[in-house]
Amino acid sequence: MMDEVIRRVRRSVAALVLVGLVVAPWVVDDYTAAILARTLALALVGVSVALLTGVAGMPTLGQTAPYAAGAYACAVVGSQISDVGVVQLVVAAGAGAVLAALTVPLVVPARGVIVLMITLAICELVVTVLGRWRSVTGGTDGLAGIAAVRPFWGLPALASDQARYLYTLVVVATLVGAVLLLLRTRVGLVLRAGRDDETRLRASGHRVPLYLSGAHILAGAIAGAAGSLLVVAQQYISPADFGFDTSALLLLGVVIGGTASVGGALVGAALVIAVRDWLFGVLPGHAPLVLGVLFVATVYLLPSGVKRVRGPRDRSQPPTVPPSRPDATPARDHATVPELRA
Amino acid sequence: MIAVAAGANRIDPYIIPALDGVAYGLLVFVAAAGLVFCFGVANILNLAHGTLYAIGGYTAAALLDGGWLSLALALAVGVLAAAAAGVLLAGLLTPVATGNHLTQALLTFGVALAGGSLLVAGFGPDDPQVRVPAALDGSVVVAGHRYAAYRLVFIVVAAVIATALYLTVRRTRAGMLVRAAVDDPEMVACMGVSPGRIRAGVLAAAGALAGAAGVLGAPIIGPGADTADTVLLLSLVVVVLGGLGSMAGTLLAALAIGEIQTLGVALLPSAAPFLLFAAMAAVLAARARGLATSWRAT
Amino acid sequence: MTCLLQAQDVSVRYGSLAALTGVDLCVHDGQRHALIGPNGAGKTTLLNVIGGSTKPQRGSVRFAGRNVGRLGPAARARRGINRIHQRPAVFPTLTATENVVVAALPRVIRRRRWWPGGTRRTAQHRAGSLLEQMGLADVAAVPAGHLAHGQRRQLEIAMALAGRPRLLLLDEPAAGLSATEVGRLVDLLRALPRAVAVLLVEHRLDLVYALSDTVTVLRDGRTLAAGTPDEIRTSPLVRQAYADGVS
Repeated sequence: MMDEVIRRVRRSVAALVLVGLVVAPWVVDDYTAAILARTLALALVGVSVALLTGVAGMPTLGQTAPYAAGAYACAVVGSQISDVGVVQLVVAAGAGAVLAALTVPLVVPARGVIVLMITLAICELVVTVLGRWRSVTGGTDGLAGIAAVRPFWGLPALASDQARYLYTLVVVATLVGAVLLLLRTRVGLVLRAGRDDETRLRASGHRVPLYLSGAHILAGAIAGAAGSLLVVAQQYISPADFGFDTSALLLLGVVIGGTASVGGALVGAALVIAVRDWLFGVLPGHAPLVLGVLFVATVYLLPSGVKRVRGPRDRSQPPTVPPSRPDATPARDHATVPELRA
Repeated sequence: MIAVAAGANRIDPYIIPALDGVAYGLLVFVAAAGLVFCFGVANILNLAHGTLYAIGGYTAAALLDGGWLSLALALAVGVLAAAAAGVLLAGLLTPVATGNHLTQALLTFGVALAGGSLLVAGFGPDDPQVRVPAALDGSVVVAGHRYAAYRLVFIVVAAVIATALYLTVRRTRAGMLVRAAVDDPEMVACMGVSPGRIRAGVLAAAGALAGAAGVLGAPIIGPGADTADTVLLLSLVVVVLGGLGSMAGTLLAALAIGEIQTLGVALLPSAAPFLLFAAMAAVLAARARGLATSWRAT
Repeated sequence: MTCLLQAQDVSVRYGSLAALTGVDLCVHDGQRHALIGPNGAGKTTLLNVIGGSTKPQRGSVRFAGRNVGRLGPAARARRGINRIHQRPAVFPTLTATENVVVAALPRVIRRRRWWPGGTRRTAQHRAGSLLEQMGLADVAAVPAGHLAHGQRRQLEIAMALAGRPRLLLLDEPAAGLSATEVGRLVDLLRALPRAVAVLLVEHRLDLVYALSDTVTVLRDGRTLAAGTPDEIRTSPLVRQAYADGVS
């Protein structure tokens, strides 16, 4: 019963948000359009969080790390090498992927809540590095005055906030579409199987660490691309954009959206970020308090969103066998599963 | 003679950072012990752990007036307040106790957000000054260098706390239960003690440790807007580096982090931002297999 | 005739408990080999050693002429050792078809690596015929978590066969099945192609005698006897072991 209600609520909210996203630039002012563009970029990071947390079963608090890597790479390229959006996107995605690849040995062997811990440490360390590596990142002051992007060679630079918003929207839609298509192939099937029961997947001859590394790097590339969009939207970045509170907000958004659902993650993350921005606008000073209380309340209100499914793991195996990833088995919501099914 | 003098000179500038590293490392150890405890026994990733430390720090800043009595008072109040906050957190966790770790971690993050905001509202947005007891305010001479007396005393006190912690875990019945629970999380459930009480006890103890670290460490990692984040990060890195298996591992990891943050920065200022990363990568690579196994066992 | 699977001098200890001590085992191509013995004799441990989920302290495991001792379960599965667990291990949120497709993929990918659309279709096709063969065609679209125990067992067999194994490890496949289901299981296993060798651990001796052509008896982690079902049935040594070990 409750599940049915939640499913309906989710669907109508998702539809409303999607319609709103498309008509937004014509009905809001410049400032709001810029904020919305940033929200979209963060929602794309949310998609990468969902890919790891919900689909691959590796709950993460560290996706702001490749997001930051992508953003800074894009900012450096944008101000010194090329103002072409496609180039910046590729560079940013590459930077995110490289950072994710470098952290694979830290993340992939771990399971469950340990992944949360390690990814959180990585995220915080990246923010620390950003604050101290002044020669490249500008330290805590950040990088400002990044030239406006032109989407493709020969096209004019995007001069207005509306244009930049639409550019962001197109890129996000394209990347989300690509992720959805990918999940319909055998890649998505195997990832879901691994989340169900990793030991069983190994027993069938699948190279599980390879898939998990692949998912981690792919999620890093997506978050990196989102970083490039942040640069386009704000034309200014600083370490404050990538703090771990952002990671936690995105994770909450993904859980609200149904954890395993890419569309749900997009909408959930966008909603959570929008609420945060709105709160900081209307309640300067007390926003974190209200946000924290809302956070706790939301967690309480998500009984079915956080239901845990355990794969059968106890097959009287001796203690040397690594168990399946029960802790990683994330919230699973049947309402959103069919979207991913081929 | 000359060679010896030159050698001494080469080492000389690094004595003070190295000593600072020990103080820093012991502080991080006491703070991280609470997180390890909470995670190992109750299996909760407490993202509000840094906030518990900050409670101790703000208490110290508010109560210390340069006298010994105020230090004792601050320590008592700070420990009690942080322990009470831990119990409150345990109470908030009760409705989601049967949920997954993700939910619990998110909930503790919400509490950290709200708690940090309350602390800033209560004590002001500026980083407050901390006054150490007047008798410790000066400096003493260590190997020909002047060194803050408070830090030297802190090293001794923190070493005493660490030893006491070690003896408690090794020698007492409660400590035995803790070790057993870390080894086999399901065991506690079989003992017939209500999980809610275990959670409350564990979070209270973790809060007390963090609170004590916060009060005593206030002159080293002082209270401020970033304190909670800093302490949480350092504690997390300690857990990642040291694992959950042994106190010795935790202590070594904490001391290593202390030295990296002080001596490492003095030796390699340009590489400073990457040192913690490099340390994490190096340790994990060195014991990748063992660590992976021990993580899986948790 | 050389062995398809050859385990030599395998010893496994858990702390002070010796689970296996110097066990040798040889399974030929296409053989139906049964492992029997009282509880705690080390049968499942031996299957774990062969499957790769337990590393023995001593001894070697060779498969198809190559040493596989250092390989994990996944690598051994890719080489042709597939396994059925005591409790059916399936992916609960995936449909029956998807379960078999996932199990078939590693083999299919090897053959048609550069044909992205083809791999899944091939696997899908194979899954369909295997489900049909197991009598699961009408539950093909049901999530495996919703299947009955017996159906899950059959699904797991389909998954194991989807990997085109040369050696199938069966760990008490009849456990928890009804009489009819056991009958169907026996028919299924009898109908397995001769290209597949079977190593069966089973408590029910009637099934062992019905299915196997060679029997090895373990007791207290050591090989007690080996021979044809008839030899084992009449061996006084084995009777003695069962009288002592089975209450």
